[in-house]
Amino acid sequence: MTTGPTDPRPPPKGTTRMEQYEPDRPSPTRAAAVRRGLRDGRAAPSRRSLLRAGAGGALAFGGLGALSACGIPPAGHTQGGVPAEDHSEKEKRVAFSNWTEYMDVDDSGRGHPTLDAFTGRTGIEVTYTEDINDNTEFFGKIKPQLAAGQDTGRDLVVLTDWLAARLIRLGWVQKLDPSHLPHAYANLSPQFRSPDWDPGRAYSYPWQGIAAVIAYNRKALDGVEVRTLSDLLDNPELKGRVGLLTEMRDTMGLVLLDMEKDPERFTADDYDAGIARLQKAVDKGQVRRFTGNDYTSDLSRGDFAACVAWAGDIVQLKADNPDIGFLIPDSGYMMSSDNLLIPNKARHKTNAERLIDYYFEPRPAAELAAHINFVCPVDGVRDELARIDEDAADDPLILPDKDMQAKSRAFRSLSAEEETACEAKFAKLTGA
Amino acid sequence: MATVTQQPPPPRAPSPSPPPAPVPRVKPARRRGRRTPYLLLLPGLLWLVVFFVLPVAYQASTSVQTGSLEEGYEVTWHFATYGDALSAYWPQFVRSVLYAASATVLCLVLGYPLAYLIAFRAGRWRNLIMILVIAPFFAGFLIRTLAWKTILADGGYVVGALDALHVLDVTSWLGWTAGDRVLATPLAVVCGLTYTFLPFMILPLYTSLERIDPRLHEAANDLYAGPATTFRRVTLPLSMPGVVSGTLLTFIPATGDYINADLLGSTDTRMIGNVIQTQFLRVLDYPTAAALSFLLMAAILCAVTVHIRTSGTEDLV
Repeated sequence: MTTGPTDPRPPPKGTTRMEQYEPDRPSPTRAAAVRRGLRDGRAAPSRRSLLRAGAGGALAFGGLGALSACGIPPAGHTQGGVPAEDHSEKEKRVAFSNWTEYMDVDDSGRGHPTLDAFTGRTGIEVTYTEDINDNTEFFGKIKPQLAAGQDTGRDLVVLTDWLAARLIRLGWVQKLDPSHLPHAYANLSPQFRSPDWDPGRAYSYPWQGIAAVIAYNRKALDGVEVRTLSDLLDNPELKGRVGLLTEMRDTMGLVLLDMEKDPERFTADDYDAGIARLQKAVDKGQVRRFTGNDYTSDLSRGDFAACVAWAGDIVQLKADNPDIGFLIPDSGYMMSSDNLLIPNKARHKTNAERLIDYYFEPRPAAELAAHINFVCPVDGVRDELARIDEDAADDPLILPDKDMQAKSRAFRSLSAEEETACEAKFAKLTGA
Repeated sequence: MATVTQQPPPPRAPSPSPPPAPVPRVKPARRRGRRTPYLLLLPGLLWLVVFFVLPVAYQASTSVQTGSLEEGYEVTWHFATYGDALSAYWPQFVRSVLYAASATVLCLVLGYPLAYLIAFRAGRWRNLIMILVIAPFFAGFLIRTLAWKTILADGGYVVGALDALHVLDVTSWLGWTAGDRVLATPLAVVCGLTYTFLPFMILPLYTSLERIDPRLHEAANDLYAGPATTFRRVTLPLSMPGVVSGTLLTFIPATGDYINADLLGSTDTRMIGNVIQTQFLRVLDYPTAAALSFLLMAAILCAVTVHIRTSGTEDLV
């Protein structure tokens, strides 16, 4: 305000009675300044008029025409995947996206010996990123690029089988070249050889197998005997101290097995029966929470007396807390896998295939298994593993023996509609 | 501002037309000046368009689409999604509002005395206490919520003490807790929300309390108002702007929060934020998720409008 005189007059008399006191009343000088500002039009637009203008603009912007133009183009017209030009020869690189703590580390905690050995042998630099925390979230992250037919910037990703199946179904991953995968073809464990969602492993190879079993905290159980999933769902002594996984296939698979249904061949009615069975337990207050990876802290703290758990975690938890144990129900356990896939438009396909093949050589496979304790999908690693870690080689959770392999079941693949329906029913059960 | 209008009009400021003759250079300078505020606003407006208007428009469109991932989504103006979503998930809606309101009231009850203390009684400790209020922000939100799981663990000291004092009998009779545990109950979720958003209540309360001239208290005292009357007739009315903005800053984000319900709750404490997350990421029902987001927005807008109207502080927004 550069123009106009200031207004130093005292406040008029008779307007300052106590009842009329207003804390925010501006001084006469300020009031005059405000009026001046309003009158000569130089003041900044008021907040109200701006808000109004903004709202109007938003409405115009989000107007009907713009809305109907939004739609999402259909996926799935690209069966077999879209290769990009393969830059493997010129660029000795490969970008590998993996889950956290899913790779061997050296003593400094930063290097990855098996990856370093791969680079040393082939000269291919591996950009290793641990940017996958959750299948559903990661799918949300890469979906826009893959749906638009763009490069995700990743040559190799590790995804759980149901998501791998979805990406194959949508045509968002590339077919592998068997001539680059001699070790993988020869050493793949029979258990993982031909899943129904990728017969003959045309698009994927398993990174690790994940067994869903029942884990318990001996101290929290306090003498309560647990043998089957029914004990978890029915025993009133465990009320509010049972944990289940938000991973629908693992939890529902175990429920179906417990009901003597086959997760590899169940019908919609079987599934609904399983949901009803679980709903009863939830309504009774038997189930404390449905969790993701964070169940491990609940279990070791004793808030969960028993829960559905992933075997690889249990191997590590057991080492830290002797109260933790696991059991394989007589009805069997669920086996899923995390799988290596090459997304559409990846720039270094051959390099990625060489990296896949490398991890099916017994030595790197054994080093990896010794470090991360999941089910090793590679045959013939026992000797190598025993050389590194005798106990790990004898652990049926890492190298399943005949008995264990016989009890392993996989969840059958679901069509898109089935998947949505099953997930929706299961989500309803978990409270949302 | 009734008193202002009663004043006689001040000397007229020079209006743009016709300009007073002896200042010829004022006009071009003023024209440039007229554009400046808008130019200064441009970055902010662009930001809003890209990160607020466009996503909102996109979600509005998604909410009336039908289709599947395989066949693509098309806008079919399928407004029934809204009705279906509301009839399927109204319990979670009600629960979210209830939890958020409880947390807001708790925040107010806990935060007001503290803000009062900092503003009027803390003396040289004022800055230290303020730092303590803000300190939790230095640690990650997730870490702090996870810490509560350890604090409230079933075998922990807190639960043990509450159990020994028979507090848990009362709370579980009220349906706030279940058996002799606190975690995975409504109480834990509401406490988590309260803890998370308490600083957002204290800071605006403090700012509006701190502005109150202490001499007003003396004046009230001189006019024979006791401490209670002084608070009721002077302090509280003057701090209303802080109360309103504090409750808004607490209630709005608390309604949409899902981390607390996820980590501290159970199946029967899921809030609307959890439903939206599940529908978006797990069930892949994008239209329902988008419709729920809009219903949540509408619900919050209604609640906030009513709140502002009844507390009579429209000037705030």
